[in-house]
This record gives sequence, structure tokens and C-alpha cells, in this order.
Amino acid sequence: MKKTNWLLLVLALVLSMFLVACSGGDSTDEGSSDDGSTDTEQDSGSDSEGDSEAASGEQVLNLIDGAEIPTMDASLATDAVAFQWLGSTMDGLYRLGENAEPEPGIAKDHTVSDDALTWTFNLRDDAVWSNGDPVTANDFVYAWQRAVDPDTGSEYGPYMMGGVIKNATDIAAGDTPVEELGVKAVDDTTLEVTLEKPIPYFESLTTFGTFLPLNQAFVEEQGDQYALEADTLLSNGPFVMTEWSHGEGWTLEKNEDYWDAENVKLAGINVKVVKDTATGVNLYETGEIDRTGLSAEFVDQYRTSEDFRIEEEPVLFYLKMNQEANEILGNVNARKAIQHVIDRQSMVDVILNNGSIPAVGDIPANFVSHPESGEDFRELNGDLVTNDVDKAQELWTTAKEELGIDTAELNYLGGDTEVAKNLDAYIKDQLEKLEGLTVNVQSVPFQERLDRDTSMDYELQNSGWGPDYIDPNTFLNMWVTDGGNNKTGYANEDYDAMIEKANNELAQKPVERFELFLEAEKKLIQEDAVLAPLYQRAAAQLWKPHVKGVIVNPMGPDYNYKHAYIEGK
Amino acid sequence: MTRYIIQRLVYMIITMFLIATFTFFLMKFLPGTPLSAADKLSEEQQQVVLEKYGLDDPVPVQYFNYIFNLLQGDMGISFQFDNREVTTIIFERIGPSMTLGVQAMVIGTILGMLLGLVSAIYHNGFLDYGSTFIAVIGKSIPSFVFAGILQYFVGVKLGWFPVALWEGWEYTVLPTVALAIFPIAIAARFMRTEMLEVMGSDYITTARAKGVNKFGVVFKHGLRNALIPLITVLGPLAIGLMTGTLVIENIFAVPGIGEQFVKAINTNDFPIIMGTTLLIAFLFIFIVLIIDLLYGVIDPRIRLAEGE
Repeated sequence: MKKTNWLLLVLALVLSMFLVACSGGDSTDEGSSDDGSTDTEQDSGSDSEGDSEAASGEQVLNLIDGAEIPTMDASLATDAVAFQWLGSTMDGLYRLGENAEPEPGIAKDHTVSDDALTWTFNLRDDAVWSNGDPVTANDFVYAWQRAVDPDTGSEYGPYMMGGVIKNATDIAAGDTPVEELGVKAVDDTTLEVTLEKPIPYFESLTTFGTFLPLNQAFVEEQGDQYALEADTLLSNGPFVMTEWSHGEGWTLEKNEDYWDAENVKLAGINVKVVKDTATGVNLYETGEIDRTGLSAEFVDQYRTSEDFRIEEEPVLFYLKMNQEANEILGNVNARKAIQHVIDRQSMVDVILNNGSIPAVGDIPANFVSHPESGEDFRELNGDLVTNDVDKAQELWTTAKEELGIDTAELNYLGGDTEVAKNLDAYIKDQLEKLEGLTVNVQSVPFQERLDRDTSMDYELQNSGWGPDYIDPNTFLNMWVTDGGNNKTGYANEDYDAMIEKANNELAQKPVERFELFLEAEKKLIQEDAVLAPLYQRAAAQLWKPHVKGVIVNPMGPDYNYKHAYIEGK
Repeated sequence: MTRYIIQRLVYMIITMFLIATFTFFLMKFLPGTPLSAADKLSEEQQQVVLEKYGLDDPVPVQYFNYIFNLLQGDMGISFQFDNREVTTIIFERIGPSMTLGVQAMVIGTILGMLLGLVSAIYHNGFLDYGSTFIAVIGKSIPSFVFAGILQYFVGVKLGWFPVALWEGWEYTVLPTVALAIFPIAIAARFMRTEMLEVMGSDYITTARAKGVNKFGVVFKHGLRNALIPLITVLGPLAIGLMTGTLVIENIFAVPGIGEQFVKAINTNDFPIIMGTTLLIAFLFIFIVLIIDLLYGVIDPRIRLAEGE
């Protein structure tokens, strides 16, 4: 009998453990919503989010995001999801508006000194934090110092501010106290920023997440807990985060205390974490969400739908060719042959099939335009690479003669996702059109690829880059000799001199600077064939037609929802 | 009995320690760093951040620091979710996974056993073929296919249950069904085989001869003996389901731990990898212990001899 009692006890314990686990799960559910069932009616277009906590009513945007927000701490943010929701709940000095033009945020306007080193921002006096504190110049000073302080452990702080704000690099390395950072509050509404050197694109930088202000008293009071939950963070932007259910979703509501609240029409935004494309499409079909992304297999099905949209992104993919790892890649004619042998149009049409367009330079299309004529950089420089197999074969033959070889073998480092593998197989096939060339594709996880890029342990690599600010420099600057992200072995004094000149001598001469960048790109791609551009990424999406006024940004937050509204639902 | 359990608990602690050690060193072989912007930062800049998190120490030093903190109940903070504690994250995520896992196991086991029983009782009859067919389907269709079909037809077309998301009980229905199909198939198959074997043995014939009716024999004498192999298989399966499944969680947008675990590995979020591994290991060892104890309850022949 004694034995049985023991066993009963153990069983009871196990059962209770499961019950606790289950009820734990259930109570979370109750917390977020009780009557979500009303939403399951098919295509009722039901906005009856009869939910007490989620935002409801006509002016509500229902969205999905592909991942949980990694952090709401502006100093620590590094990825698109974090910057998106920071950008929706906070205002920096400026906010990126229509056509990527900065529009007023906390700053009303600014003046720049003659040497272009001192920027004085005039801040509005009616901006407040969601706890009622006024937003002052000191909030910027504190935030920027915090971002470069090595104790914060920020990645983007040193990256975005180093070489831009005076002393940022030294402070980030721990050599200089944070107080020396070139930013100071003259008074509550005057912020004075001292730059390391003239930065022509500084205005667009101030819209970036890392430059957002922080309420010092609040951040210090919260300590380690700052921005971990909806109630341990503050907002000074169009929306406030009222609920954050980690891994499941979050709710934003209009910030009634926002300085520009009268121009915010949305009452709220509900966001759910959905990772699977098919799930997103199914939710979209039932009318539960207003936007979803499409992968290649869905594009054909929805291409003719009036909800279908292609969003071009200024993100560029290319083959990096390591000039030090293989003698054949050290030969400029061989690199040119590789540039010209790839049929990019078929690649984007057949393999990617998501609206991506062929890349024909190092600057994406519709990213920057000439300061005077307004013509697009890409239009002006045209196609720097083409698909011309005969020309490629000629160049290839020349290269082989110069090197005295008949055959060549190249190792190709690619990604391990389904799409990447298809793409790499296609490119291998294209490259092997060059007579006597064998390409060995190696598919590795992203982290592995980064490691091998850093140690230059590759020959060909499928790689990509997205801009950090709106200026050709963000793409062209990385190829200077020993640049941190160069890693191709490309070292050319003339090219270095051009970039140097554009960033110093011509920093205040936008037209000449722009034209120099045009030249630099030609040298990089056409003359020295450092890269083989592949494609410029685009996102195929479905948008409900009743959603209006959403601004698509080329950098920082993907979307600006400040002016969004619902009409005709 | 008490001694046996204490002995098992000591083994459990040793096993956990070995798993922690092994995982820690294996994990350090993963390529890359936990930095999320490693492709943008210079090596010096990366170094500053790694120093801040103690990741530039030699691996043995990191290991001792980790074990030291672990013994004090501190599993550290996540790298991908800056400053959020590992225990908080795991606790948040294990709830939904457990809910689905337990529901699927309960439904799957009961339905599966019923199917198996029916098969065994009506051996080679119409019902037997019917339930075997269901079991074969359940075993051979991959869960993501089944989940996709459920989501599209029951969720989108019929609109009976929510397509996805995690906002209340009705949201658990489709993922539970999708998860339950596998335990149904397994339970039905084992139940059928075992019951057929048990029902052919001498003591059953004796019971029948003494006039116990068909169902009495099945439930009183047969079932109990058929349970042993079933429990051996279902225990580990239960742990697998309760600690989250990447595919089902992704398809139904469930904020569970399965997806979180995979992402932690992909982003080198060492503390989360360790925390989740230890949790799964603990549950696994624990359930094996429970199963061993259950054997004794079910079958007096293997009641443990020690301490008696």
C-alpha cells in the first residue's frame, strides 16, 4: 500500500505541473483577448476587434511582422523590426517623410555654420514625453552619449556616430570620456552638434533610430528594465505602445499628447508576429490583416490582383570577388568576364520572381538623385554591366592568356536558404558558360558567411548591402583600401582619393560631389570590376486598398505610419 | 522505493551537469558572434561589445562563469532581446507550447488508443481496416502539409476556427489537431499490435473460458498489459510536442518556444540556447523517471525490487 501512495503522490505532482503550465498559457491568452472568435467569420471584413485592449474602430491598421521586436531601446536597436516600431512611437530631430525628404520632428529647423561643422537645431517647446515631461535638448545629449558609451554595449551607436559626431570614435573605444561627445544643450530648445568633418547627409542621419532622444530621468529610473515592457518605455512620437505581448504581438495607440496629434488620423495599429508567408496570405484572405508579404510562389497567383504591389528597396546584392584568394580573380579581365556573363533579367524573372530588378552598378535605382537636375543616379550612370556572353568570352580568353592557364576553378560561397540555393545554382550555371571554368558552390549559414568574409576566406561570395543613410557614400565608401567591409583585397589609390575628396573638399559642394560619385562608381564597377552586381531587391506585397497615406522609407523604419489612414473600408 | 527515487534524482543532477557542459562547449563551435550588426562593425568595434558581455574571455573562463551563475539560479540575459532575462523569455514562450503539447497528447493518446482497441477487437474487420487507414495517413503525411491543409480548408474556406494567431482557446484548436495526428497514429498502431498479442495469450483465454465477457476481458485484463510499450513510446513523444515544434508554431503563428530555440541557435544567442537545452533535458529526464515508476503501477511483475 505504501508504494502506491508514493506513486500517487508523484503522479499528482506531474499532473499539477502540467496543469500549472497549461493554465499559465491560458491566462496569457485571456490577457490579450477574450472574444477574438468574432474575427473568424470569413471575409466579413470584420473590424469588430471587440477586444478591450487591442485598438479598435474604423481607423485601425492591422498588420503582421515577421519577427518579435528585439528591443525598444533606441541605443541598442540594430534591425528593421526594432527601427520600425521605434520610428512609430518616437520622433527624432527630423522624421523621414514623402520622397525621403526629412520633415520636422522635435526640431523645427536648424542652421549650419560656414565650416559645416556646427549644426544648431531649434527644438519645439510643445513636445512632451508620454509621462508628461517636456522633450528637451538634454534628452538628445543623453541619448547620443549613451549610444557611444562602451558600457551601453551598443552596436549601432559607434557605427552610426563614429567619424560623424566629434569624438564619437574615441569615446566608443573607451579612450575619451562621454562628456566630450560633440553634442550639447545650449538651452532646453537649442541643441548644438559638432561634427568630426562636414557630413552632407547629416540631416537624413538625424531621422535614424540611433539618434532618437531618451528621457534621462526615466531611463535611469528603469535601469536594466528600460524598454523591456510596454510600461517601462516612453514615447514622444505619433503612437504609444500600450501592450506588448512578447512573441505574439503588440498594440500601438494614437498618442494624444503628441505635438502633431491633429495630423495623426489612425487611432491605433495592431501588430501580430507571423513568420510563415502562407499564414500571412491566409490571414489576409480572411480580412484580418491589411498587408502581407508574398514569396515567389504566391506572386503568380496574385499578380493580377488590384491589391498587389511591388515595393522597390534600395538593397543591392552582388558577387564579391576576392582578388587575393585566387589569381584568376586578381585579373581584371576575368572579373569583367564574370560581370558580363550573367543574365540578370532571367534571374530576377524566373528565380526571384518578386519584383526585384537587375543591378547594373553599385548604387541602387531610385535611391539618390542629382542635386540640381533631379535625375536619378542610376539613370545618369546607366548600365555599367550588361549581359553579353560573346564579350565575356573574349575577356575571359584574354584573362586566360595573360595568366597562361586553360582551365580555372572557383569556389563560391552562398547562403543556405531555399531561395539562396536556387539563386546560387543559377549563377553557377551562368558562370560556367565561360570556357574552362568550374564553379564549386558552398552553401553555408549566414553567420558562417560573415566569419569567412571577415577573414577573407572565400573566392566568390554572394553578398548584399542596404543603406544606412541617403547618400551614395553609404555604398561607395566601403570599397576604399582596407575598408572594414571591403574584404575583396581591392586597393586603389585613385579610388580612395575620389572618396576622400567627395567627403572632405567637396563636402559642401553637392553638385560636384555628386558628379564625383558618378565617376567613382564607374571606376569601381566598369574600370576595376571589383564587384559583379546581381540584383536590387524588391518586396511583393498585398495591401488592402482602404489603407492610405503610408510612406515607404528607403532607410531606417520601413514605413512611416504617421500620416496613414483608412478610407472606404 | 524512496532510496530508488533519491538515487535517480542524483543521477538526474549529474546528467544535467554533463548536458550543460557538453552543450556549452559545442555551442562555442558555432560560427559567428552574437552581434546582430557584425557585418557592419569593424573588428575593433565588435571587440568593445564582446568585452562588455564577457565574450572575449577564454572559453573555459566563460564556462566557469556560466556554471557559477547557473548554480545561483541566474541564466543570464538574452543577446537577441537585449537585456531580457533568459528565464523570463523561456517562461513566456513555454506556456503556449505546453498548452498545445498537452492538448495534443491527451487527444492523440485517447483517440489513438480507441482506434487501436477497435482495430484489435474487430480484427480484420471493416473497422480494423478503417482505423489502420487513418493511422497510416497520420503517420505518413508530414505535419506541415496537414497543418497547411487544415489552415486553408477549415480556417479560410469553412471559417470554423481562426486561421492562425494566439488570442484565446479557439485559437488552439487547429494547431492542436495538427499536432495530435502523429500521436494518434503512433498510439493506434501500438495499441492494435499489443492488444492482438495480449488477447492471444493463455490467461485471456482462461478468463474468457471462465465466462468473462468480451469487453470485460479487453478492459480489465488486456488493456493494462498493452499499456507498457505504449507509455515507453509516448513519453518522449510528449516531451517533443510540449517543448515546441518549429513548423506548427510558425504555420499557426503560435508564440511558442520551438521557433525561439531555432532562432537562438541561428543568432548565437548563447544564454537562450543553454536555457532551452537545459529545460528540455530536464523535462526529458523527468518524464523518463515517471515512466519507470509508472511501469510498476501498471505491471506488478516489474515493480521495483529495491527497498522492499
